[in-house]
Amino acid sequence: MTTRFFGERVQRNEDEVLLTGRALFVDDQQLPGMLHIAFVRSEYAHGRLLGVDPARALEMPGVTAVYTAADLGGYWQPGPLLVPPPPIENLTFHARTQVPLAREKVRYVGEPIAVVVAESRYLAEDAAEEVGVDIEPLDAVVGLEEALAEGAPTIHEDLDSNLAAHAVQTKGDYEVACRAADVVLARDFVYDRGVSAAMENRGIVAHWDQRAGQLTVWDTTQAPIPIRNGLAGMLGLSESQVRVVAPFIGGGFGPKIMMFYPEEVLLPWIAMRLGRPVKWIEDRFENFFSTTQERGQLHEAEIALASDGRILGVKDVFIHDTGAYNPYGLTIPINTQCTLLGPYDVPSYRSEFRVAFTNRPIVTPIRGAGRQHGVFVMERLLDLGARELGLDVTEIRRRNFLSPDAFPHNHEILFQDFAPLVYDSGDYEPALDKLIEMLGYQPSVDKPLVPDSDTQDGVRSSGSGDVLRGVGIVSYIEGTGIGPYEGARVRVEASGKVCLVTGVGTQGQGHHTSFAQLVADQVGVDVGDVRVITGDTREFHWGTGTFASRGAVVAGNACHAAAVAVREKILRSASQLLEVAQEDLVLADGRVTVKGAPEIAVGLGELAVHCNPLRGAVRSGTEPGLEATEYFGPERAATASGVHAMVVAVDPETAMVEIERYLVVHDCGTVINPTIVEGQIHGGVAHGIGNAFYEQLVCDPDGQLRNASFMDYLIPTATDVPPIETAHVETPSPLNPLGTKGVGEAGAIPVGALFNQAVEDALKGWAPGLELREIPLSPNRLFELIEEVRGEKSSETDS
Amino acid sequence: MKPAAFEYHAPGSVEEALELLTEHGWDAKPLAGGQSLIPAMNFRLARPAVLVDLNGIEELTFIRGADEGTDEAPGSSGSNDGVRIGAMTRQRAVERSPLIARRAPLLSETMPHVAHPQIRNRGTIGGSAVHADPASEIPAVLLAMNAKCRIRGPEGERTVAAEEFFLGLFGTVLAPDELLLEIELPGRRPRRGCAFREIARRHGDYAMAGIAASLTLDKKGAVDEARLAYLSVGGAPSLAAGAAEALVGAQPTEEVIREAARVAAAEDVEPMEDMHASARYRARLVEVLTRQALTTAAQRASGASNP
Amino acid sequence: MGRAIRLTVNGEVHERSVEPRLLLSDFLRHELGLTGTHVGCEHGVCGACTVLLDGEAVRSCLVFAVQADGRIVRTVEDLAEGDTLHPIQSAFRQAHGLQCGFCTPGILMTMVPFLEETERPDEQEIREALSGHLCRCTGYQKIVEAIQLAAVELAGSTEE
Repeated sequence: MTTRFFGERVQRNEDEVLLTGRALFVDDQQLPGMLHIAFVRSEYAHGRLLGVDPARALEMPGVTAVYTAADLGGYWQPGPLLVPPPPIENLTFHARTQVPLAREKVRYVGEPIAVVVAESRYLAEDAAEEVGVDIEPLDAVVGLEEALAEGAPTIHEDLDSNLAAHAVQTKGDYEVACRAADVVLARDFVYDRGVSAAMENRGIVAHWDQRAGQLTVWDTTQAPIPIRNGLAGMLGLSESQVRVVAPFIGGGFGPKIMMFYPEEVLLPWIAMRLGRPVKWIEDRFENFFSTTQERGQLHEAEIALASDGRILGVKDVFIHDTGAYNPYGLTIPINTQCTLLGPYDVPSYRSEFRVAFTNRPIVTPIRGAGRQHGVFVMERLLDLGARELGLDVTEIRRRNFLSPDAFPHNHEILFQDFAPLVYDSGDYEPALDKLIEMLGYQPSVDKPLVPDSDTQDGVRSSGSGDVLRGVGIVSYIEGTGIGPYEGARVRVEASGKVCLVTGVGTQGQGHHTSFAQLVADQVGVDVGDVRVITGDTREFHWGTGTFASRGAVVAGNACHAAAVAVREKILRSASQLLEVAQEDLVLADGRVTVKGAPEIAVGLGELAVHCNPLRGAVRSGTEPGLEATEYFGPERAATASGVHAMVVAVDPETAMVEIERYLVVHDCGTVINPTIVEGQIHGGVAHGIGNAFYEQLVCDPDGQLRNASFMDYLIPTATDVPPIETAHVETPSPLNPLGTKGVGEAGAIPVGALFNQAVEDALKGWAPGLELREIPLSPNRLFELIEEVRGEKSSETDS
Repeated sequence: MKPAAFEYHAPGSVEEALELLTEHGWDAKPLAGGQSLIPAMNFRLARPAVLVDLNGIEELTFIRGADEGTDEAPGSSGSNDGVRIGAMTRQRAVERSPLIARRAPLLSETMPHVAHPQIRNRGTIGGSAVHADPASEIPAVLLAMNAKCRIRGPEGERTVAAEEFFLGLFGTVLAPDELLLEIELPGRRPRRGCAFREIARRHGDYAMAGIAASLTLDKKGAVDEARLAYLSVGGAPSLAAGAAEALVGAQPTEEVIREAARVAAAEDVEPMEDMHASARYRARLVEVLTRQALTTAAQRASGASNP
Repeated sequence: MGRAIRLTVNGEVHERSVEPRLLLSDFLRHELGLTGTHVGCEHGVCGACTVLLDGEAVRSCLVFAVQADGRIVRTVEDLAEGDTLHPIQSAFRQAHGLQCGFCTPGILMTMVPFLEETERPDEQEIREALSGHLCRCTGYQKIVEAIQLAAVELAGSTEE
């Protein structure tokens, strides 16, 4: 196999149209006669919907129609359960999925109640204000413990409580481990909610062509094929009558997955009913309510350690917030449960979670998808253990790393893909060594990382005296690239250029380039000569979507397999045409030549035409053209890993934190394009920094969000994210031919733990005993925590 | 997030604008840079029936030395080394003005803290003053600098000191049929030093707390006048009386500054709690920022550093 | 309701009648079909809709189209000359300064005047200039590198 492009920093194929403003995003789609849609949404988090009156709105200028749940008839159906739970023993699970328009009850602020169709979005918004909505408010369920408390108002009244699920997974016997332990530490941990905040909000354009009997939907989805299948089923159309296009998408990060969002279900129905194209573009305010969110969990965890720092067992009991509905099943809490174990040898583990319905927007995965919580709990427990045992934070990790010969390593519990949690490959110490080398700091057991303020090493010497420096180092693993499968079709065209089609959509990950690199290597053309088509169901029928860091693993291997098959076809056809044995042919630079006789050659275009004759007889059974379609499905997840370090400067008086350095050593198996991988990591880290320090959804006890704007929901900017020093190590995955592992979510996963660790380290001398166990940690909150600790100290000395 | 409909007027002169404001009364809202008003309109939190767009009024866009009179001399200070800024002057023009940098360096120093360049390219100094957002930098600077605001209404013109201009939360003395024409800033004085400090979550955000300070020393180096104005900590932009009292007459030593900062935080400001900062945290920030700003201002006043 | 306006966009004069409340961002995108200018927040924070108004970078979601009457607007569509990318555009491609590309046009429009005004900016200046734009994909690092690259490129071309 030639690998001219695999592993190379190839510039991206998709950039030119994006840079010149010519790329098509959903909102760029303009169709003649198009109508615009605005939604009437619940202003209450919980209430009885007593009535909806569209009369006044219908009289407003430019209004074509107003629909409520009553107008939908049989089309009104709760959405599908996207991910049924894996077969965990004694599992409790109640699926309650979102509805197209509320009827009888509203369950979160922003839940759609009515839809207004008008000549412009401006007019639609005017009319939406005139729709009369009568809601009798009910007590809102906001807090997680409160949601599961005896006597809490029930959000889904056909259930006894707000318990959506309960699951226990165990390995070994934690109680036995606990008895054998020298140290047992128990703590609680808080991780709060955020939004994904893709720069492009969601949007849908739907067009019903009556004469062709064809529905076309442009949708900001990460999974166009499942949406096509679902819509065809709901609307009673053949899958061939529905085309879903996910054109350029302005960032996905999870919530743009195949949700069957109310808007996604309603717009095609409206387009068919009115016979006119319709458009809905979510605005930023709506996005804070109507797009799914993630990350609310409360943990009570314990770690049992031997005196040498070895982990004997871990116990974790947590509540996961799923919001008002749970269409995504248990993916997030199972990710939490499984990712907690990290790169460590954990002989016994008991993990129990309850999932709570709350009167808050729906929760589905966002970049990391529950993994950060597990990492947060485990890494913080290890830090506390290190402190207790007088070990360096890196040393306690080293002592527990799985050794390179421990793979495949079976953790004996089930992962989100229903397969046992078995790590495929990994080698964790070299990555840590590399990180320490980059940091320029060599810790040792005798010299704990930051025991006091007068250590001599370079990284922590405080420059001005006004700020305190701290360092954090954490490790994590990430199950990536889960099944079921993806496919790809590669075709050499008469121009000699290559067309690659795959079913996944792309939201900025550079698929048009990395997939093209895989194909170009096999087919012997330049990367720029591979035209990549993603996210259009007319072009490719089969597939699932872009999620779970699976693009490069699952779709990538399908692209590679299809390209390998086309390569074989090329060589076979050329061999027949040139009457030369295949072994004597060279495929490169868009042509097949004969070894030692380069004047005997055929261009790929010519060969493609030859394989698709317009006249003459071909042998029976011959497939036309130089084309192949292949599929790839991994048996289970590929385990990526990494170590991150952070150096912070904390002003102890103001609790303001500056991240001075950020370092990453990452292992995502083999790397197709290092530049793209770095970009993915940088973006993930920035997202993680947002979650750790800046982003918080501030919600009142009555379920009202107080900061639904980018003024008050703080996305980190270029002055908040430091340069990120990045290095790769490669432990190829044995589970796929390319050896790749996923990377899309990686950067975001360890940052919360790292931030708490580094800040705590910085404040060790100033606020001794301070423990940080919550995310996000705003300066205001940090100030409170510091004051608490220092207040206690001073009152102790007073007494 | 589309604004509600409104009636739009784009007068070409102050005269014309005042007529429109008189005609429409409370229904009308003057539109300056729009960088606070238009977002509020997009959220439909503001829905003025009539917008009187001041952007076409050229006579409101200027930066001049107070001594370069074209109109009648404004104010009664008699100073001629100050600077006059037309209300519709873009914040970016203020930021870039060498005249302002020379004569009113506190304002120049503050401008980069006001949002981002893209906002300052539209936002105006007068719009920011009239909006009187307690979280905004410009009102605090106007107070600390003892600026004067020239106002015109149907009855004619009046000039009001910054201290009288601001009234409560988002309030000013402007009647609905009046316009702010210009702001006059006094020039530099010997032994006066100024400083601006704020702490924001991110670069360009509204600050969690901030201070604009002006210290004037007497010939013996004691504080003669202290003007400390805060942002993001209370209702109306106002001056800190207690801290000023602790400073006036004293040498601005570290000790004195520390005490003034303590008084400012404990007595002068009444910080409010919001989602970004508790009252207690804001008080802490006020104390730290006051110390920093006074230290810098005192150094500058004693000629140890510029400006 | 409509108000007649006449403005120059990317060198071309357009006359339209628009409702006063129409945002400049919507006017450019939906009236003129210049969809390269993106809309991300409509309250002036994200920066995706940044265009040049009389040469200065402004949020087109915080300007009414009627206010652009008689003015000159420049959008991302005007940067490349035919098939030749503007040096800032090529630097973005070279340094991988974009991923999903949604925030990119706004950033480019801020950087055009910034790099004209600021020769050889240092990293801090670049980060501050960039801080009026939100990007969720890149972590900004490769955007900063792209701008550094463009600055060198542009300085080189003016020195010649």
